[in-house]
Amino acid sequence: MRTIDAATVTEVVAGLCEEASFVLEQNVHSAFQRAYQEEISPLSKDVLAQILANSAIAAENRLPICQDTGIILVLIELGQDVHVSGGSLYAAINQGVRNASQKCYLRKSIVNDPIERTNTKDNTPAVIHCRIVDGDRLKISLMPKSAGSENVSTVKVLNPADGWPGIKKFVLETVDQAGPNPCPPVIVGLGIGGTMEKAALLAKEALFRPIGRKNPTETITHLEDELLDAVNKLGIGSMSRGGRITALAVHIEVFATHMSSLPVAVNLLCCAARYKTTEI
Amino acid sequence: MHVKEVHIPLTDEVVADLHTGDHVSLSGKLYTVGDRAHKRLVQYIGQGKQLPFSLANQVVYYVVATPAPPGRIVGSSGPTTATRMDCYTPALLAQGLKGVVGKGYRSAEVAQAMREHRAVYFGAVCGVAAFLSQYIKNLRLAAFPGLGAEAVYEYTVVDFPVVVINDIHGGDLHLEGRKAYAVTQDD
Repeated sequence: MRTIDAATVTEVVAGLCEEASFVLEQNVHSAFQRAYQEEISPLSKDVLAQILANSAIAAENRLPICQDTGIILVLIELGQDVHVSGGSLYAAINQGVRNASQKCYLRKSIVNDPIERTNTKDNTPAVIHCRIVDGDRLKISLMPKSAGSENVSTVKVLNPADGWPGIKKFVLETVDQAGPNPCPPVIVGLGIGGTMEKAALLAKEALFRPIGRKNPTETITHLEDELLDAVNKLGIGSMSRGGRITALAVHIEVFATHMSSLPVAVNLLCCAARYKTTEI
Repeated sequence: MHVKEVHIPLTDEVVADLHTGDHVSLSGKLYTVGDRAHKRLVQYIGQGKQLPFSLANQVVYYVVATPAPPGRIVGSSGPTTATRMDCYTPALLAQGLKGVVGKGYRSAEVAQAMREHRAVYFGAVCGVAAFLSQYIKNLRLAAFPGLGAEAVYEYTVVDFPVVVINDIHGGDLHLEGRKAYAVTQDD
């Protein structure tokens, strides 16, 4: 049994929150550089130039990449041989979010209750999903998730007879109808299988995969390529100003499902594609 | 890239000369108005109360910025989704509002109301808030201090970069841009 102090978790979460808010991951920055080279629409190219300039300015001046510093999403993989001591794991995570929000001058965007809507003034609580895994490590993946792209994400349980053509149609409809609102170029996270909430979680997990890394199953890799091509043929472009690059990547994650079900979730990530992962 | 320099307050002549897809650099005052400030303004209008600042010929910016760190005028300040403001916009247009800066769709009703009131929808890039903050040179609290970060601030901007999304001639960049670059799908 390995012991990890709750205070360490707080410190690590605060660090992830700070870095994710100020600095785009290198793979994301590089993907925007490639998009800038490839885009043929002048109006979209101008957007991509601003995204690249912003990435540099935010990192250098330690300023938030986007004014929407998001709802903090935390995915935990907790090794079953880990014991968190000195406090609750969830409280430790929320304290890290609270500390970073204060220290980094993040916007306070979280309301306590979806109906009553009073601001909690410290960006807590984070949305936390915890999975128990083998081993003695604690893996923390954190994403400041913008409302713009979350607000147009979709979940639907299709008919198994709809198959891949039905899934493809659903994804294209989602991106098409979303238009400018999720702040394209986006990353498309697609979760297929499981149950309704499992598909949604798979879609979210897919967003954390670095751009350029494909799904290891070859048949799925082909579907990712096919879907990226189809999404980019929509012509939406950056900020829906018209262009050939609407998505930087399509990432698909799949899971076993019921013989009578075909759950599908599409989670879009805006051009302020912020996330950070580490292991304790 | 040709950029039209536009000074606020806007005039009907300037508005008439703006077309969908134009690059524009805005200089003058921008009023930051988010969801809650919109609600408050529309309540004032409904009750016939005098507004804390005049909307006549002005431009509002849909934003709730991050707090300013020490030594900076503003934090990161980029546009939020205009779609959420659709229910409030016609009431503000009736007060003489001539332009809005935001991102995302507008409803057909709002697009039409903007044409009728000869007002322009400018799109700023979302997700580049640190970059956009460079163009904000001064800030003054203009209304509703009780709303905190969501209060109305008067920004003084110089060469703030935007693109015309909806002009008064019926143009809509979100529709036209897509048409120009869409490729027929295989199946």
